[in-house]
Amino acid sequence: MKLRLLGVSKFIYLAIYLLVMVFPLYWIVITSLKPQKDIFSFPLKYWPERFTLDNYVHIFKISKFHIYIGNSLMIAIISAMIVLVIAILSAYVLARFKFRGHKQIMLAFFATQMLPGFVALAPLYLMMSSMSLINNRFSLVLMYTVILIPFSTIMLRGFFQRIPASLEEAAMIDGCSRWSALVRIIIPVMLPGIASTFIFAFVQNWNELFLAVMFIDNDALKTLPVAMNSFIMKFDVDWGAMSAGAVLSILPTILLFAFAQRFIVEGLTQGAEKG
Amino acid sequence: MKKQRAFILSGLIPALLLVLAFTYYPFLKGIVMAFQEYKLFDLRSVHFVGIDNFKAAFKDPKFIMALQNSGYWVVISLFFQFFLGLTLALLMKKQFRGRGIYQGFVFYSWALSGFLIGMIWKWMFNSQIGVINDLLLKLGIIEERIGFLSNPHWAMFSVIIANVWYGVAFFAIMLLAALQSVPSELYEAAVMDGASGVRKLWNVTLPYIMPTIIATTLLRAIWIFNDPTIIYGLTNGGPAGSTHILSSLMLDKIIYGGDYGAASAIGIIMIAILLLYTIFFLSVTKAEKAGEF
Repeated sequence: MKLRLLGVSKFIYLAIYLLVMVFPLYWIVITSLKPQKDIFSFPLKYWPERFTLDNYVHIFKISKFHIYIGNSLMIAIISAMIVLVIAILSAYVLARFKFRGHKQIMLAFFATQMLPGFVALAPLYLMMSSMSLINNRFSLVLMYTVILIPFSTIMLRGFFQRIPASLEEAAMIDGCSRWSALVRIIIPVMLPGIASTFIFAFVQNWNELFLAVMFIDNDALKTLPVAMNSFIMKFDVDWGAMSAGAVLSILPTILLFAFAQRFIVEGLTQGAEKG
Repeated sequence: MKKQRAFILSGLIPALLLVLAFTYYPFLKGIVMAFQEYKLFDLRSVHFVGIDNFKAAFKDPKFIMALQNSGYWVVISLFFQFFLGLTLALLMKKQFRGRGIYQGFVFYSWALSGFLIGMIWKWMFNSQIGVINDLLLKLGIIEERIGFLSNPHWAMFSVIIANVWYGVAFFAIMLLAALQSVPSELYEAAVMDGASGVRKLWNVTLPYIMPTIIATTLLRAIWIFNDPTIIYGLTNGGPAGSTHILSSLMLDKIIYGGDYGAASAIGIIMIAILLLYTIFFLSVTKAEKAGEF
C-alpha cells in the first residue's frame, strides 16, 4: 500500500514536471501557427481553431530570414569544425602526456569558464575593428572557435582518458607514427565523443548573441539571434512573427539535441567530474 | 623524447595561442580599462583616472540595485534549480518505461539559448494576453492580471522563475549521472543493516554523490552570476533598471552606453566577488572533496 502511494506520487511529480517543461515550447509553437487576430483575441485558445503558416511566410517577407539562417548555419558549422581539429589535438596531448605546465594549462582552460567573459567584450570589439573585422563573418568564426576551445578540450580529454593508451602503443610498436596512430586508431574509436562535441559546439555557436550583436550590424551578414534581437526592437508587438522566428531558431538545436543527448550528457559528466 | 616534445608542442600551440590572444589578452586589457576613462564615442580622450570608475559605480543606485539583485538571482535560482534537479534525478534513477523519451522532453531546455527562453517567457508573462495570467485567472489564484514584467515588485521574481525553469535540467543531468554511479553493493549493505529509504538517501546516496554536488553547485553559481542572457531577453534590465544584475548592467554599459571604463569596473567587482565566493565555498566544503580541477 505504502509502495503504491509512493509510486503514484512519483508519477504525479514527474507528470507535472513534464508539463511545466513542455508547455512553453508548446505555447510558442501554437502561437506561431495561429492567425494574427487569434493571437490577440479573448478567450485565449489553447488549441487553435484555425492553423496557418502565415506567420512563417510573413517573416520571410519582412526580413531576409533565409539569409540569416544561412549565415548562422555557415558560421556555426565552420567554427565547430575548426574547434574539433584544434581541441582534439590539445585534448589528446593533455590526456596522454604529463609535462611541465600541464596543470597550469588545464587551469587556464578552466578559468575561462569561470571568469566573467564580458570583461573582454569591449577590448575584443576594439581589436576586431583595428583588424577591420567588424561586419565580417570571419570575426564570429574566429571568436566562436576561441571561446569553445577550452570547454571542448576538457570534454574531449575526458573521452580520450577512457580509451586505454595500450591501443595506440600497440599500433606504434607496429611502426605507426603517433600522428597516424591518433588519426587511424584512436579517432575512429572516439567518434561518438567527437560527434557530441561537435554538436555541443554547433549549438553554442548557433545560439550566441552578444558577440554577434557587437560585431555585425550589416543586415546581410546577421545571424539568426542578431536578427531576432533586432526584431524585438522593431516589431515589439508582432508576437506572431516573433514566435515563428523563435520556432525556426529552436528547431535545429532541439533536433540535434534529441539525437545526441545521451552522448552529450556522458561527455559533460565525464569532462566535468574527471577534469 | 625530442619527437615527443615536438608532438606535445604542436598539439597544444594552436589552442593555447588562440586562447591567449583572444581571451586572456582582451581580458587583461579590460582590466586595465577599469582604471581609465574609456568611452567609445570619445576615444581621443582616453586616460587613466585611478579608481574613479569604481567610486562612480558605488555612487550609482542602479549599480547598488544590480548588486543586490545579483544576490537574489544567484541564491534563489540556485536553490530551486538544485532542489528540483536533485528530486528529479532521484525519481529518474530507477529505469521506467519511456524514461529515455521522458528525459528528452524534460532536458531539452538546455539546448535553447537564454535569449530565446527570455523571449518565450516574455510572451507568456505578458500582462494583457499572456498565458500565465490567463491560467492563474482560470484557476482562481489571482483576481486581476499581474504586470509580471512591468511591475518592479514582480519583475525580478519573474526573471528568476524563467531562470529556474532553464537550469533544472543541468542539475538533473549531472546528478542523475552521479546517482547511477553509486555502487549497488552500498545499498545492499544498507538494506541488510535495516536502513529505511530516507536513511539510505542520507547515509549512502548523498555522501557518495557529494563531490558532484559540490562541483556542480560551485560551477553553476558562477555561471548564473555571469550569464545575463535570460534577463536580456526577458526585461533587458527593466522596468527602470529593477531587474539588472551585475553582468546585465555591464553588458548594458558596453552595448548601449559605449562606456567601457564603467563596464570594466563592474567586471572587476564581479571578479572580486567570484574570487571571494570560490575561496569561501572551497574552504567550507573542503577543497579535496570537490575533485581535482
